[in-house]
Amino acid sequence: MASAVKDATALELQGFREVQRLAYDCAEAVAGQLRPGVTEREAARMQREWLRERGVRDWFHLPFAWFGDRTAFAGFKVPLQFFPTNRKLEPGMPFILDMAPVYKGFTADIGYSGCLGLSPLHDKLLADLEAHRDLILREVRERRSLRAIYEDVEGLMIRQGYANRHRAYPFGVIAHKVDRVEERRWSPHVLGFGTQSLKGLLSDALHGHRDGWSPLWSPYSFSDHPPRPGLWAVEPHLGFRGTGAKFEEILVVTDSRDPEESAFWLDDDLPHVRRWAEEKVAA
Amino acid sequence: MNLSGARERWVRTGGIELCVAELGDEKQPTVVLVHGYPDSKEVWSDVAVRLAERWHVVLYDVRGHGRSTAPKPLRGGFTLEKLTDDFLAVADAVSPDRPVHVVGHDWGSVQSWEFATVTRTEGRIASFTSMSGPSLDHFGHWIKQRMTRPTPRRVGQLLGQGAKSWYVYMLHTPVLPELAWRGPLGKRWPRILERMEKVPAGDYPTASLPNDAAHGAWLYRDNVRARLRRPRADAYAHVPVQLITPTGDIFLSEKLYDQLEHWVPQLVRRSLPAKHWVPRTRPDQLASWVSEFVAANETARREGMPVQDTVAKGAYADRFGGQLVLITGAAGGIGRATAFAFAEAGARVVAVDRDAEGAARTAEMARLIGAPAAWGEAVDVSDEQAMEKLAEKVAAEYGIVDVLVNNAGIGLSGSFLETTSEDWKNVLDVNLWGVIHGCRVFGKQMADRGQGGHIVNTASAAAYQPSRALPAYSTSKAAVLMLSECLRAELAERSIGVSAICPGIVNTNITATTHFAGADAAEEKRLRQRTSRLYGLRNYPPEKVADAILKAVVRNQAVVPVTPEARGARLLSRISPGVLRGIARLKPPL
Repeated sequence: MASAVKDATALELQGFREVQRLAYDCAEAVAGQLRPGVTEREAARMQREWLRERGVRDWFHLPFAWFGDRTAFAGFKVPLQFFPTNRKLEPGMPFILDMAPVYKGFTADIGYSGCLGLSPLHDKLLADLEAHRDLILREVRERRSLRAIYEDVEGLMIRQGYANRHRAYPFGVIAHKVDRVEERRWSPHVLGFGTQSLKGLLSDALHGHRDGWSPLWSPYSFSDHPPRPGLWAVEPHLGFRGTGAKFEEILVVTDSRDPEESAFWLDDDLPHVRRWAEEKVAA
Repeated sequence: MNLSGARERWVRTGGIELCVAELGDEKQPTVVLVHGYPDSKEVWSDVAVRLAERWHVVLYDVRGHGRSTAPKPLRGGFTLEKLTDDFLAVADAVSPDRPVHVVGHDWGSVQSWEFATVTRTEGRIASFTSMSGPSLDHFGHWIKQRMTRPTPRRVGQLLGQGAKSWYVYMLHTPVLPELAWRGPLGKRWPRILERMEKVPAGDYPTASLPNDAAHGAWLYRDNVRARLRRPRADAYAHVPVQLITPTGDIFLSEKLYDQLEHWVPQLVRRSLPAKHWVPRTRPDQLASWVSEFVAANETARREGMPVQDTVAKGAYADRFGGQLVLITGAAGGIGRATAFAFAEAGARVVAVDRDAEGAARTAEMARLIGAPAAWGEAVDVSDEQAMEKLAEKVAAEYGIVDVLVNNAGIGLSGSFLETTSEDWKNVLDVNLWGVIHGCRVFGKQMADRGQGGHIVNTASAAAYQPSRALPAYSTSKAAVLMLSECLRAELAERSIGVSAICPGIVNTNITATTHFAGADAAEEKRLRQRTSRLYGLRNYPPEKVADAILKAVVRNQAVVPVTPEARGARLLSRISPGVLRGIARLKPPL
């Protein structure tokens, strides 16, 4: 019986892994097509179309694209500023593609940072993100409270000289729970968010509120609890004077006692992870 | 002549013998320095020896000046066309197969504008650095624009420049200027320069001054009226131009260079808080900017990219490009943000902090965003000997500091009766003695160099806002504020500005390390977290304080409260200190 549960979980993880890979493939394909003069809206549409062609029908949220100092969320105050604008890409500009497709009932939420041309500064930000991936995994395995981990991540960013840009996200979240989504024939979205996924998040929030946990990982007291088993889309986001960089990927948290199994990244074969490995080989 | 190692030669052109001096390695690109009125090539001596370390430097006495011969008759002998002939003759003699980089001051700049905008010099000039001398053609158009469409502002600009140009009208009167220069004015001129311009005494002006000035009057008479009345319509620069504007120039207003981009496709602007005779008063800065510009042009020519792309683009890049800025407490908070702001403006940065790793990190990031060079130094500012050692090292390896930011500070909270003498000592050692050491060792170097500079001390709104919660901290900061004001008075005569910055509540790490007098470890931890959270809620970013610091240096402001609460408290402390005393009695909500 136990092994059947395990198999079912493994099968389920496979589904999430598949859609996360699909999303990262999309990000790499679209990033490869970005040229000077392309606008954020066009980049967002390219992601949407690429994924639709491959069978994506529903979204946790629609694809976003941020160019230039918008990657550092410069001057972001209201959530509407997250939506793609007519900002044009220029040589040397950093960009971030962020999308959350639902595929065969599995959700991914990814963030992909790139730069049009060479930028030593952007390289540095990307390289410094590695420490955050390690820190988050280590502290989740230690079962520290989500709020404490959040504060440690922020502390590391400040030591590195960066501003913590997920302060600008709604509720200041650094991560949120993702789950399976029921496939419907009609899946409308509100303000860029899929209603099916929102429904899941809201019901989690409702249940969590009763049991003293939250599906949002934030600096506020409602996140002052140990990591809850499930899948978390984690997105540390660094900002440095007009340049921003982030990654976003799924962290699996289980109730296993074995530290290795208690938390792990869903997939270690992702563009940013490969990049760090290549840098180490080059060094 | 005080140009040690200069090789002299004579260049003959149009019946004139020009005295030409050369320094440095002839194989390097050539930089030609053209002097103004009433000067001779010796005005450049300090700049020339600095440039000669890297370039082939050429100076010449303009016809009728110094040891060059004068045209006969004088009238009509000083037209810009003839001066261009002279320049081309010199350029052909000293650098026959390579274009030269031209640097002009005052009338030297006026004539070099002609060189840089006429077609017959195309291909002979690689770049032009202009200071305190506009193109007469651009000036003519500038006047015409303001005469034909006079708005109040434009009329003001016209009248302003008109008043500054009083000497131009004087020089148009016949005979009188010559008599004055050969008589009393010539004798008194060195003293006048020393008093008005703070030009250091030395080899300049030379003994030929009365003759130079008398001959040079024809520069004005032969050119000014003709060109201003009928300025050339095609006076576009065919070379990259670096414009250095001394902000305290009593002869030329900065407004003259509005819309200069129209005439110069590749323009780099610099501004310098100094008076008119910058080649004498700011040789280090000029040599560094000229050198940098020449180097950028040489690279650009090799690699085919525009020069502007190699210049930093942050706020006040015109003012801080290439300057050396030292910041204490630079491993975080306001210090780090200030280091980054200066780096974006193209300054070289020395980041000093007790935390070696943090200082190195600041330096590394500063280089990535525009600092041509940056270094991290681990020094405790309260350690006098360490600070002296640092000053020696910085002077020897990086140069004399142009801007010093004494920012390092620690927090201490708690009532007076619970503050131990050890607490007092700690906070005064860093917050007050740190600033004193910084001002003493680096301020002295600045003053000794005699080429101006600026000192910024980070005080606090607590300096004028009494509080029962911060007696020791406020005392240390009040002392810093008063120290800054006294030092400002003393250093004014050396052209060194001093500013005190009073930030107020800013979201930095200071709250996480503040010592709370009288609290045990657990209570202290709680208080630190609580204040950090409150400061985080206020969320005033240190970057805004950094902007205020750069602005304070540019404007030479004395005391700068930054956040609204700091400005409010400052206002209250002056109009109604009793209210502040009332606030001081309130217990902080911790």
